[in-house]
Amino acid sequence: MSAIIKVEHLTRVFDVSKPLLNRVIERLPRALLTAVSDVSFEIEENSVYALVGESGSGKSTIGKIMVGLVAPTEGSVQISGVDLASETDAAKIEAVRSEIQMIFQDPFASLNPRWRVRDVIAEPVAAKGGDTTGLAEKLLEQVGLSAADAGKYPHEFSGGQRQRICIARALASNPRIIVCDEPTSALDVSVQAQVLNLMSDLREELGLTYLFISHDLTVVQHMADRIGVLYLGRLVEEAPRDVLFNDPKHPYTQMLFAAAPKMDGFGREIEAPKGEIPDAINPPTGCAFHPRCPLAVERCSRERPEMRNIGKTRVACHMAE
Amino acid sequence: MTDTPVLSVRNLVVEIPTRHGLLRPVDDVSYDIEAGEILGVVGESGAGKSMTGNAVIGLLDPPARITSGEILLSGQPIHNLGRSALRRLRGKKMGMIFQDPLTSLNPLLTVGEQLSETIREHLDVSHDQARKRAVAALEEVGIPAASARINSYPHEFSGGMRQRVVIALALCAEPDLVIADEPTTALDVSVQAQIMALLKRLCRERGVAVMLVTHDMGVIAEAADRVAVMYAGRLAELGGVREVLTNARHPYTDGLMASTPLASAGLKRLRQIPGAMPRLGALPTGCAFHPRCEYAQDRCRKDPGPTIDSCDGRAACWFPLATDRKEEAQA
Ligand SMILES: Nc1ncnc2c1ncn2[C@@H]1O[C@H](COP(=O)(O)OP(=O)(O)OP(=O)(O)O)[C@@H](O)[C@H]1O
Ligand SMILES: Nc1ncnc2c1ncn2[C@@H]1O[C@H](COP(=O)(O)OP(=O)(O)O)[C@@H](O)[C@H]1O
Ligand code: SF4
Ligand code: SF4
Ligand SMILES: [Mg+2]
Ligand SMILES: [Mg+2]
Repeated sequence: MSAIIKVEHLTRVFDVSKPLLNRVIERLPRALLTAVSDVSFEIEENSVYALVGESGSGKSTIGKIMVGLVAPTEGSVQISGVDLASETDAAKIEAVRSEIQMIFQDPFASLNPRWRVRDVIAEPVAAKGGDTTGLAEKLLEQVGLSAADAGKYPHEFSGGQRQRICIARALASNPRIIVCDEPTSALDVSVQAQVLNLMSDLREELGLTYLFISHDLTVVQHMADRIGVLYLGRLVEEAPRDVLFNDPKHPYTQMLFAAAPKMDGFGREIEAPKGEIPDAINPPTGCAFHPRCPLAVERCSRERPEMRNIGKTRVACHMAE
Repeated sequence: MTDTPVLSVRNLVVEIPTRHGLLRPVDDVSYDIEAGEILGVVGESGAGKSMTGNAVIGLLDPPARITSGEILLSGQPIHNLGRSALRRLRGKKMGMIFQDPLTSLNPLLTVGEQLSETIREHLDVSHDQARKRAVAALEEVGIPAASARINSYPHEFSGGMRQRVVIALALCAEPDLVIADEPTTALDVSVQAQIMALLKRLCRERGVAVMLVTHDMGVIAEAADRVAVMYAGRLAELGGVREVLTNARHPYTDGLMASTPLASAGLKRLRQIPGAMPRLGALPTGCAFHPRCEYAQDRCRKDPGPTIDSCDGRAACWFPLATDRKEEAQA
């Protein structure tokens, strides 16, 4: 077992202050938002690691740091042993960059409408002066479209087909790792199934490793080998898929599972979760979940819980056992 | 049931004239909703769910318009009413909740002003009474410190709180019917659970009829009494929520259920429906689902499209899936 990605004590703080002038006039302090806070995990080669959590929990920020779109404030991400933020050897950085690609939620926004599909797909390779003959055609067939589609424009395709084009483009530079940020959230379920199946097939054929970001627990349960649960920028629990679903240990994970609508939950009445996700600029002290947590004790508002290993689970909660 | 349903939609057709010809986003749709009942309307994007809801509350954007069929509210036809008559019905008899709460709220007025205004428009009460009712309405939807929050503007609330305000607004004049179009789609699951619990409770306590539009089968399963499945502007299937979801008769409903990850639990690959929903301008002949249907036969391509009434009363399909299919599979 070898980790292809190592995330260590990753933290990202955004400055969300108003412009200096307003701040002076309105006497506002600087506002700092901690989007990712001291997150550590590892992803094994050829596995699917999923990050779940509600809006604003820091999923996309971690994905963007991983592909180098956002810089970490503290901590590091190592890909195949190379830390992009501190590595000085340009050749090494270049090699690692092409090993990791990203696909996004919105297949409409992420394709240039004026380019033919052939150019959209081959662009990452062409930009580096690589040989693109027949590349787009080959990739289109690999993702279940036809070579003849290379001459068309993105608007001629449906949402699911466009997401296939995005996948083809991500594959163009022969990556080993793909960061998928909500890849099917904009798609209808019948089309989502097509895209998820394709992603599973490609993982097997090409030996890919995925960081799979999603807020949909059923999708995550289907796709992931290992799952990390985020709350307000913190990793609160991590476990192999079946362990997490059979025995969630963190009160937040338990709340999330209970709240998710079930397709066989006819007439199910649940006690609705308490409260809302707090403001990330002024997160609660200690355990960030304490104002909503049914198990909270005095210590929880004082002391931030450390990650602990319990069986195959890593969990950050004072009370978990 | 001998009671008149709160809402009765009969053979509704909505058409949009365009340069490329006449489009029919809603084609021959019929259903009823009783008092205290939640009808779930599901289907993939573009199926015509919102158009149907908007037609009922009289909010179709021209040039889209109702070209035939009827809509009865407690037995009274409302499909032929003028704009101002419809505006009076909205709020008083019909409330609405949309996906984006900001579309229903005026950013320039406090939520208290908006609630009082709506209450005074529809109920004969004094200024003071209206304000008291407004506070009560906010309390009822779970806004903490309602008497203070009543002076806040919409942007001062979180997304989930805003949607609560919209629900308060939709219900404050005590309507008989509420149209909720993807009310929780933009919300996180924990907030979604709160909003759905609230909607269910209010529906039950007040006997409001609810049309709940969503593409989330899980939300439907937990909230709806009956479900209408739409495909390409038509009703594909209509029936009790448990029957339809566990024993689908229309191949499209069956495919929708099967392609959700839950249904394929433990399988390596999900079941998928090939292709995608056709565009309105390019509908296939016959049954619009036939190019994607694994059971399609000649008749499906040639005969005019099946309707629920012309078939078995539940699924608009010439060859509905056998009811005992589930038992067969288990045996
Ligand atoms: N460029 C930025 N500048 C300021 N704040 C940001 C920036 N990017 C993200 N944030 C903030 O960081 C937090 C985490 O955001 P992120 O996009 O990672 O969340 P997410 O888990 O992907 O949420 P979603 O499910 O809504 O996509 C949020 O509070 C967000 O508002
Ligand atoms: N102004 C318009 N002009 C042409 N087509 C439209 C217009 N508005 C909606 N449509 C079409 O009507 C169909 C039904 O839309 P809608 O009711 O919004 O679907 P849903 O809510 O089920 O996603 C879609 O095919 C949509 O593209
Ligand atoms: S540390 Fe305390 S507040 Fe946080 S999840 Fe555990 S019990 Fe709840
Ligand atoms: S009518 Fe024919 S094509 Fe349409 S759903 Fe039924 S079997 Fe399939
Ligand atoms: Mg995101
Ligand atoms: Mg809609």
